[in-house]
Amino acid sequence: MPERDARPLVEAEGLRKSFGETTAVRGVSLTVRPGEAYGLVGPDGAGKTTTMRLLVGALRMDDGWARIDGHDIATDTERARAELGYLAQRFSMYGDLTVAENVRFFGQIRGVAGAELAARTAELLGFVGLTGFEDRMSAVLSGGMKQKLGLACALIHRPRVVLLDEPTGGLDPVTRQDFWQLIIRLIADGAAVIVSTPYMDEAVRCTRLGFLRDGAMLTEGAPSALTAPFADRILEVIAAPRATVLAVVAADPDVEDVAAFGDRFHVRVRAASGPLGRLPAALTAAGARVQTVRPIPATLEDAFIALLAADAPDAPPAATLSPAAVPAGAQAAR
Amino acid sequence: MTPLNERLGESVGPAAIPAAIPSQGLAADVGAAPGPAIIADHLVKRFGSFTAVDDVSFEVARGEVLGYLGPNGCGKTTTMRMLLGLLRPTSGTAIVLGDDITVDAERIRPKVGYMSQRFALYEELTAAENLAFYAGLYSVPPAATARRIDAVAERVGIDVHRDTRAGQMSAGWRQRLALGIALIHEPPLLLLDEPTSGVDPQARRAFWDIIYDLAAEGRTIFVSTHYMDEAEHCHRLGIMNRGRLLALDSPTALKATAVSGPAWEIFASPLLPLLDALGRIGGIEQFRLLGDHAHAVTVRGAHDEASLTAALRGLGIADAVVRAAEVTLEDVFMALAGRG
Repeated sequence: MPERDARPLVEAEGLRKSFGETTAVRGVSLTVRPGEAYGLVGPDGAGKTTTMRLLVGALRMDDGWARIDGHDIATDTERARAELGYLAQRFSMYGDLTVAENVRFFGQIRGVAGAELAARTAELLGFVGLTGFEDRMSAVLSGGMKQKLGLACALIHRPRVVLLDEPTGGLDPVTRQDFWQLIIRLIADGAAVIVSTPYMDEAVRCTRLGFLRDGAMLTEGAPSALTAPFADRILEVIAAPRATVLAVVAADPDVEDVAAFGDRFHVRVRAASGPLGRLPAALTAAGARVQTVRPIPATLEDAFIALLAADAPDAPPAATLSPAAVPAGAQAAR
Repeated sequence: MTPLNERLGESVGPAAIPAAIPSQGLAADVGAAPGPAIIADHLVKRFGSFTAVDDVSFEVARGEVLGYLGPNGCGKTTTMRMLLGLLRPTSGTAIVLGDDITVDAERIRPKVGYMSQRFALYEELTAAENLAFYAGLYSVPPAATARRIDAVAERVGIDVHRDTRAGQMSAGWRQRLALGIALIHEPPLLLLDEPTSGVDPQARRAFWDIIYDLAAEGRTIFVSTHYMDEAEHCHRLGIMNRGRLLALDSPTALKATAVSGPAWEIFASPLLPLLDALGRIGGIEQFRLLGDHAHAVTVRGAHDEASLTAALRGLGIADAVVRAAEVTLEDVFMALAGRG
């Protein structure tokens, strides 16, 4: 879907922003082309929202530059903004206006008027699935409908670049999937979409991801490219008791990492062949009851945990998380 | 705890709980009353004509990490408030740690630790001062407070940050402190509302390791969430939608039983014609776009790699590549909520 040779719709280089003594964004660069849904992924406080606000010109950057469809957001703000649609995390709409009135209001702000505004309002409400709800007061809409209304408002002036800050927070999977269908249709029409999220189940829907931590871009790539280095290197182990499993698995020389997930464990290995043969016997010998040991495809979470562990020396928050830093074996030995 | 372990043969849910690990100074006074930690018996809550919780029954074993997965407004919070004795059910009841919520509600609250999504930390107070403040609120005896704070700080791993002001901590540390506060009165039951929203995967995992240790001590953990990332961490998971409990089992078992067959990842370019084609092939239960590929669940026995590839090629998707994938909790939710 992404048009590799197409001119980028978003280009940013060396974005920096500090608030007092806190540096929220430190040197973020990114390029997003038509047809891409680019995920800005990271924990709260990683700089996702600040990056977005720099890209839309709501904040002035300390350093770096950003161009929207070739227009510099700092010096050519009006032309850049004409191509920008932005759905903020706390989208403010007028609860005592109806659905249609809200869309028309944002249209008027954006200079859309008359017959075009009426046609565009009807078209957008159709696009987001709110046809029939035109006269409903916005305050009484469900969370999913509010987000769809917010998207309609952000699209009123036909922007080619759409920034969505955690657009599906609090929505159920069915509604979330609905909302993503809209994003997919936008990129299929040649828009460039940037979506922020702290969640891996959301990130996996993007065509490309940038993982932010402490205001800097840790890595970037398509979901399948990010998980590719871990193909055949994640084993699922279902066995009990936990303490025994942790101790036995951590003792295997080819095991790099083990993480508990409810009723099972994800074990990262150097290569599946050795541990896959050894672990069932070793676990049984140690008195564990083993139900499953099998290779599974790596998830984005597996990939990021590996990445974060490798990055630990210069990443203060995670490196000092003591229990995380405790080797599994030491925990089990308690 | 041991009887639970012996159940491994029949189920991987509560049975996956390991034998109790001796705690480090934080007493686990959890063995007082026998039986399940929670027995919900036909709980119903109506607000006017709206049924928020619709005939929900389940049991939570002591030492179990039970998740409640569902969207906002599905009845998760109403259920939790009933279990806490804050809200009286319209009908039905629940026994929480041996007390009936319709009779002895006031006896339940002191035995429960609650960590909400928007937990209240005093930004200007240090971690230790926050813990001391809540120790006072929960009537921890003054003579025991210092020792209790030490134990909790060690338990949740915030020792190095005891003198850091809460307002200066990252999201991951703040969540640990909030968990420490929920533990300050040594409750045998913890209710956690989206405890790891907004932290990175590594901090999330470290947090869950603490939760598993708490469960191993025999504490019962009830987690409410609408994110799959969190739901994957529970021993057993209840799927809630529109007030109804649609299923309750281990994530592994739900993936095996709630969807009708295997999952596939399908690569092709461009992707939209692929989605269109998937909508026209029989034997497909659900499909969606994931980044650079499509994810599909097929009816059991309906397709293998070759038949799915051939069907797609027949519809003009010449470069379709089909590979076996894992069923996800999202597939489970979609299947159950779709059936309604």
